[in-house]
Amino acid sequence: MIPETTGPVVLFSLPLAAAVVVFIRPRWSVAVTLASGGILLATALWVVVAVLRRGPWRQDIGGWTAPLGIGWTVDGLSAALLLLMAAVGLAGAVFHAARPTGRTPVRDPRFFWPLWLFLWGGLNALFLAADLFNVYVALEFVSIASVGLIGLAGGSAQAAAWRYLLATLLGSTIYLLGVALLYGRYAALDLALLADGVEPDLVTAVAAALMTLGLLLKAAVFPLHFWLPAAHGRAPPAVSAVLSAVVIAAAYYLLVRLWFGPFAPLLGPEVATLLGLLGAAAVLWGGLQALLQRHLKMLIAYSTVSQLGYGLLVFPLAAAGAVQQAWTGAVMLVMAHGLAKAALFLAAGAIVLRHGIGRLEALGGDQQGVVVAWVAFAIASASLVGLPPTGGFVGKWWLAQAALATGGYFWLAVLMLGTAFTAGYLWRALQAAMRPGWETSGGLQALSPALGLSALVLALGAALLGLAAPIAARLLDAGSGVAG
Amino acid sequence: MTVYLSLSGVLFLIGLHGFFTARNLLRRLLALNVLTTAVFLLFVVMARLAEPLDPVPHAIVLTGIVVTVSTTAVALALLVRIAGRPRDEDDDAVAGPRGDAG
Repeated sequence: MIPETTGPVVLFSLPLAAAVVVFIRPRWSVAVTLASGGILLATALWVVVAVLRRGPWRQDIGGWTAPLGIGWTVDGLSAALLLLMAAVGLAGAVFHAARPTGRTPVRDPRFFWPLWLFLWGGLNALFLAADLFNVYVALEFVSIASVGLIGLAGGSAQAAAWRYLLATLLGSTIYLLGVALLYGRYAALDLALLADGVEPDLVTAVAAALMTLGLLLKAAVFPLHFWLPAAHGRAPPAVSAVLSAVVIAAAYYLLVRLWFGPFAPLLGPEVATLLGLLGAAAVLWGGLQALLQRHLKMLIAYSTVSQLGYGLLVFPLAAAGAVQQAWTGAVMLVMAHGLAKAALFLAAGAIVLRHGIGRLEALGGDQQGVVVAWVAFAIASASLVGLPPTGGFVGKWWLAQAALATGGYFWLAVLMLGTAFTAGYLWRALQAAMRPGWETSGGLQALSPALGLSALVLALGAALLGLAAPIAARLLDAGSGVAG
Repeated sequence: MTVYLSLSGVLFLIGLHGFFTARNLLRRLLALNVLTTAVFLLFVVMARLAEPLDPVPHAIVLTGIVVTVSTTAVALALLVRIAGRPRDEDDDAVAGPRGDAG
C-alpha cells in the first residue's frame, strides 16, 4: 500500500509538471489537463479519506526538517480545500475545453492551460504549506497565475488584471512585513512552533495586524474589495469560477489558520468584533451592490464580496465561546460557496455565450441549449441562499446556532438580512430567464452540452454537501486539532 | 543597527506614499518594489540582530528577491500590453458591453 504522504506530493508536483508539458506541447493541452485533473481529484479524495481515517499529519519534504526544509501539514481544513480546488479545477477545465472556439474570449489560447495548471499547483502548495514564508511564496505564485488568466481576456480585462495585480502585490508585501516582524520576535516561521510560543505583546500585535490587513486585501473584504468585481466579472468564465471559488477562499483559509493558530491568544472581543463588523458590512454592501448590477457576471462577482463576509462572522462568534460550531459552520459555508459560486460562473458563462451579451434584460426568450445551465444556476442559487438540504443551509444553520448559543443576536440579524439580499439578487437573475429577451445577433445556438453539465455537477456538489454534513463536520474537527 | 532599522521604516513609508500618490503606472510598480526592498532590509537586520548570526533570513530574502523579479516581470509584461493598445474612456467604468468576456 502506498503511504498517504504520497498524496500531497502528487497534489503539488503533478499540476506543475503537467503545466510544463502543456506549455511545450500545446497540442496535448486538453488531454493532459483533463487526465491530470482526474488524477488530482482522485488524489484529493484519497487524502480526505486518509485524514478521516488516521487524523492530521505533518510531513517534511525530502527528509529536510524546518527551518531550512519545507514542511507540509495535512489536516481536515486543508484536505477539504484541496478537494474543493480539484472539483472546481476539473470542472473549469472541462468547461474551457468545451467552449466554442470560434468566438473565444481568450486572446492567447496557448497560455491558458499552463497558467491554469500553475494556479492549481500554487493553490495546492498554499493549502499544504506549514510555515509563513512558504505561504508567501505560494501566495505570489497564485497571484501571478491569476493575473495572467484574467489578462487573457484582453481589452478592458487587462486594466482589471493590472488593478488586481497591484492590490494583491501590496497585500503580500504587507503580509511579508508582518512575517519579518514575527520572525524577528520569535525566530520561527513554522505555524505549529509559533502557536506554542506566541505571547500577546506589542510586536506580535503589530505583526498580526499587518498580516491580517494584507490577507483582508487579498480576500477582498469590504472596504478592500474595490478590485474584485471588475477582475472577476471580466475574466473568462472558467477563470472567474476558480478565482471566486478558490483563490478568495485561500486568503480566507489563511486568516482562519492564523487566528485559530498562532494568533489565538490575541483574539480578544475587540479584534473579533472588528473583524465581524467588516464581515457584516461586506455581507450588506456586497448584497446591495449585487442587487443593483445590470450584468449577470458582475452580479455574481459582487455576490462573492457578500458571501465571504459570512466567513468573517466566525471571529466574533468564536470569541464569544461557540468556537466549534462557528468554526465548522463558517468553513462549511465557504466550501459550499466555493462549489455554488463556481457553478454560477460556469452557468453564466454558458448563458452569456448563448445570448451573446451579459445584460440581465437580454437573457430571456429562447433558452435552447442552455436549459441545463439555468437548472445548474437555480440549484447553485438554492445553496447560496441556504435552502435545505444544501451545503449553504447547513453552514448557515451552524452559524445561526452559534449566534443563538452566545446571544449574538446582532450577528443573527446580519445572517438573516444577508440571506434576504442573496435571495433578492439571485431571484433577479433567474427571473431574467422567464422574460422575453432581446433579439441579439451575437448568440450561439449550438453549444456543447458539457458547458452546462460542468456547472450542473458543481451545483449538485454544493447541494449534496448538505447531505454529507456529518462527514464534513468530522473532517473539519480533524483540522481543529492542529489549528489550535 | 538602529540606523538600518529606521532606514527600513523610512523606505517603507516612501514606497507606500509613492504607491498611493503616483499616477504613472510604472511609478506605482517601482514604488511597490521600494516597499518590498524595505521588507527585505528588515529581514537582513533581523539576521544581524540574532545571536549568533542567523542564516535563515538571508535564505528568505534570496527567495524573496527571486519572487519579486518574477512578479515585476509579469507586471511589466502586462504594462506593455496595456500601454500598447489605444486608450479608451471606460477602462475603469463598470463593465460595458465589452466586459462580457464570456
